[in-house]
Amino acid sequence: MFDPAILFTALLNGLTTGAVYALIALGLTLIYGVLHIINFAHGAALMVALYAVYLLHERLGIDPYVALPFVMAGMFAFGYLLQRSVINRAGHGKDENILLVTLGISIVLENLALVLFHSDTRNIDTPYALATVQIGPAMLALPKLIAFGGALVVAALLFAIMRFTDLGRAIRAVAREKHGAKLMGIDVDKVYAMSFGIGMACVGAAACFLLPAYYVNPQVGGGFVLIAFTIVVLGGMGSFAGALLGGLLIGVVESLGGLWFGDSLGQMGVFAIFIVVLLVRPQGLFGARV
Amino acid sequence: MSSRRTFLRQSTAAAALVSAPWIARAASSKSIKIGVLHPVTGALAYSGQQCRLGALLAIEDINRAGGIKSQGGAQIEAVLGDAQSRPEAGSAEVEKMNEGGVSAIVGAYASAICLATTQTAAKYGLPHVVDVGVADQIVERGLTNTFRFGPGYKVCSARAVDYLNALNTAAGKPAKTVMIVHEESLFGTGTANLLSSELPKYGFEIKEVVKHPNPTRDFNNIVLRMRSVNPDIVIPANYYNEYALLLLAMKQQKVQPKAIFSVLGGAASSYKFLKEYPDIANGVIDCNHWFNPKDARVAPLKKRVEAKNAYFSYEVFMTYTAMMLLADALERAGSADRAAINAALASSTFKDHFMPYGATHFVNGQNAGAQPLLTQVVGGDIKAILPEPFRETAPVFPVKS
Repeated sequence: MFDPAILFTALLNGLTTGAVYALIALGLTLIYGVLHIINFAHGAALMVALYAVYLLHERLGIDPYVALPFVMAGMFAFGYLLQRSVINRAGHGKDENILLVTLGISIVLENLALVLFHSDTRNIDTPYALATVQIGPAMLALPKLIAFGGALVVAALLFAIMRFTDLGRAIRAVAREKHGAKLMGIDVDKVYAMSFGIGMACVGAAACFLLPAYYVNPQVGGGFVLIAFTIVVLGGMGSFAGALLGGLLIGVVESLGGLWFGDSLGQMGVFAIFIVVLLVRPQGLFGARV
Repeated sequence: MSSRRTFLRQSTAAAALVSAPWIARAASSKSIKIGVLHPVTGALAYSGQQCRLGALLAIEDINRAGGIKSQGGAQIEAVLGDAQSRPEAGSAEVEKMNEGGVSAIVGAYASAICLATTQTAAKYGLPHVVDVGVADQIVERGLTNTFRFGPGYKVCSARAVDYLNALNTAAGKPAKTVMIVHEESLFGTGTANLLSSELPKYGFEIKEVVKHPNPTRDFNNIVLRMRSVNPDIVIPANYYNEYALLLLAMKQQKVQPKAIFSVLGGAASSYKFLKEYPDIANGVIDCNHWFNPKDARVAPLKKRVEAKNAYFSYEVFMTYTAMMLLADALERAGSADRAAINAALASSTFKDHFMPYGATHFVNGQNAGAQPLLTQVVGGDIKAILPEPFRETAPVFPVKS
């Protein structure tokens, strides 16, 4: 059996990792909730954002945390334009087309990165990369702690936008009833593009919090996107609270599972939860019954 | 009669030369096609691209030095292939290269891909020089077309155990406990199994063996277990990304074993890691593919690689020398015939290289003299510390008392 101090550290570690997972899943769940498509390009988008953070740091010397608003804005614009100019047009309003288009985009983006950056793994050197903070008996890496706090702030911001702004109300209306929203004078295509943009901005934020403690290469997105899918299903497709809590839960399960069963088998816990949720509560923890 | 025939043949040739000068040009730059097959896209793309760079540099050197002289100065023509980090894609490329008329293949970096490509090449008697591929099954299937110049993981693990024991004994046996952290594929698992059965024979206690997938996003758990076990020696056997995250997490959690001793991969055989994390790399020990540091040809080659904005990694010099080995065999074979090249490789005594292997001697396709070196990061550079003939500096062991 493990020392309580070690369990406590593993728990905190899981929460901090889970917060970043949640941020990625929030973007995915928003896009699903509104557009009703699974965005296969989500992992590739994360990779693009990580390269953006990397380049800003290496070429212009901008700290990843300072770069946060710029990367979020850039990713928003990227998502908005991508949805308007490619996905919407090539999709012809059919879900299965859109699915394939996003898959195609991910292949294009990954191979573009391979051409531009080669497959070399890159990371950035920040003065705080090795800094740790002591919480009780636990030693926590500073970048992970910042990622945890930052992810919660960004999530709160997203909730506020959805709850209190006209844009948020429009997005929720479109998510509920597309045709009704259209009849009420909401520009559905614009809401689609805005939602895609906001989803991408979440990924941009995740990239800023991730890179100081991680690395980037053209394949990096794949490792996160499967986890993000799991979280979205666990929390309930399209549910924000579900994505946030699901992310934290998956982070903790992965961490404790890894501690007990080793990191190979520890992953089982994550997918065991996935299967149980599908069997017992297919709508997810916070999903509405359809 | 025969002289008249000779005259006829020669005069026809002369006439052809006068009337068609481009044939002469083509004849003097007769080329031998060699397949250069690596996973240059997909998960192993970085290593594959490094291998390809090494192969192309070797071909450049061979051609510049006058090509294959026994074959009229024939130039080597690289036929590039991409195994896409998948064994079946590697096999498909071998089929294509075979139809394209290559005389031999050099490749294919990863063990799993090499297992597939050597077997496909064997169907056509196509000579295949394995550049890295450390799994020993590659040369244990009795394929007569398969030749591996470098060491396999059995030799590497056995040497690692010897070297670790030698270091520990010389220092008065300060280290007693070991924790192994390995990746879950053939290379990591095989190495970990060999180490955990051999090390106890030298009085080391294996406290814990931890396996992790590729990629592993977070190493804090493994480091937490490390902290609770508190081993004297940590032995990682994994790939670059995971290795870097593991050492970073150890630094953050302030876990400082007496030595970090990697087998086949690690900071003390990676100029990239050394440049990116100089503090963490300091003192780290590796048992890995390494060149003879006392050979004068290494430094200029390293400069050329760096001039191309690449690191002088083991992939580069392993494939470089594998190509040189093949060129030597082509020279002795005297023809581009596959059977002749296979025979020339099998009887190779190639020793004009900068690896610490001595003269080449193939036993069932494995170069018997191939061995890894033990290196350590000392004073911001990578130095060979064992075995004795290649030693550049005295080892620092244990790193922390």
